[in-house]
Amino acid sequence: MSAPDSNHDGVGVEVRGLRKSFNGQEVLKGLDFKVEPGEIFVIMGPSGSGKSVLLKQVIGLELPDEGEILINGESIQSPDVMEKHRMAMVFQSGALLNSLTVGENVGLYLSEHRLKPPEEIGRIVAENLEVVGLKGTEEKMPSELSGGMKKRVAIARALIVEPELILYDEPTSELDPVSAVVIGEEILKLNKRTHVTSIVVSHDRELAFGVADRIAVINDGRIVAIGTPEEVKNNADPMVQGFLRADIKRPTKNNL
Amino acid sequence: MFENIGEMLVLFWRTLMALPMTWRQRHKVFEQFFEIGNASLLMVCILSFFIGGETALQTGPFLAERSFGGYLGGIVGYSVCRELAPILMAILIAGRIGSAMAAEIGSMRVYQEIDALRTMNINPIHYLILPRLVAIAIALPMLVLFAILVGWVGGAVVSAANNRIDIPIQAFFKNLQEVVQFRDVGNGLFKSFCFALIIGVVSCHQGLVTIGGPRGIGRSVTKAVVNSIVLIIIFDYILTRVLLK
Repeated sequence: MSAPDSNHDGVGVEVRGLRKSFNGQEVLKGLDFKVEPGEIFVIMGPSGSGKSVLLKQVIGLELPDEGEILINGESIQSPDVMEKHRMAMVFQSGALLNSLTVGENVGLYLSEHRLKPPEEIGRIVAENLEVVGLKGTEEKMPSELSGGMKKRVAIARALIVEPELILYDEPTSELDPVSAVVIGEEILKLNKRTHVTSIVVSHDRELAFGVADRIAVINDGRIVAIGTPEEVKNNADPMVQGFLRADIKRPTKNNL
Repeated sequence: MFENIGEMLVLFWRTLMALPMTWRQRHKVFEQFFEIGNASLLMVCILSFFIGGETALQTGPFLAERSFGGYLGGIVGYSVCRELAPILMAILIAGRIGSAMAAEIGSMRVYQEIDALRTMNINPIHYLILPRLVAIAIALPMLVLFAILVGWVGGAVVSAANNRIDIPIQAFFKNLQEVVQFRDVGNGLFKSFCFALIIGVVSCHQGLVTIGGPRGIGRSVTKAVVNSIVLIIIFDYILTRVLLK
């Protein structure tokens, strides 16, 4: 594997007729969509609608039962496509290796593939941690970090790969509103700086409408709406409107 | 069950294929090796001393009453090195280290750390399984060698100290030296090497197939220990049969 270069653009992603079942239950029921290079594409939908499963298929952690996923026109099942394109994923939990320090986690890709000497890895790690606002945390253990900090470390770890495609799985779940805004800004900054293609899975409406170039709404394993944030907001589908406008209604004396 | 056996064989084969990467992962091998030794050495010493002593106590009076006490060193030495030390240390290590391996890899699986490795093109077999398997395959025979020596000392001490046996330490070791050959110790060490591979493969496999949350991890740990012990006892019979003089 060659060393990542700093001048890179995003890749295009195309999903065709994707189906996936678990124990006889169909989770994805034929998904078709296209993500343009450098785009921030947000996939929204209620819990259990198959969003995270879709993300795992896109990065090759799971294989589809039917259909295909193309990266710049090449199927991800082609032998060398995963080697050719740098991809990274920010997991819902952060998925930091708990036995390693923050610095070791962030530099893991470079150290395991021996892409840089240790001193240079240290410098790159420090730079990437600074980018996500966590300067000087190299020696901390993941257990010492808050949920928001863990996610920012996970983003720093993804940045090290200098990815052409970055996938975010529920990046703002379990975060307070201020941390959620910081993560949203990180996604935008990263996209602006590196033109990386970003696919964000979330049910956070504020995040989705704040960062997305386009949004797809999934329900029950199917796409029910796709388009710019404005188009999705104006979509007449009752499920889409129900999802976007879901609100807590205070009980009144009459309906108690 | 057959699916599990198939998966374990595939895991073992893939780890064997990854052996040329061992030098690259030497720091992790050393870490694991230290972990195994550090966690088990004291326990191995205590256990093996009492195993040797208990074997002497069980057979010593019986032999001494029939004027065969002179053979006690050979009997204790032979049984400790060929059977008792390898199997009991393997069971101890399955409980202490196999469970830790299954728990650690299982929690990495449940909390998506293994998925994270895969997205970084880091092979979990090279990164997680290989160092553990190599470390346990070296550490267990070394612990067993230690256990054999301490077990003999335990047998000798009990033989000398117990009034019903009353065999001097020198006489115990003289007979042991006449009966036990290097080949016998080698057999015990070979057995323990095989048991180490069983513990490593079974525990790592259980960790990798963990599903669910903390309950899933607990289930994997239990299965890793129980399956390792069952396989150790079955393979002990097979190896004993094959290695029988």
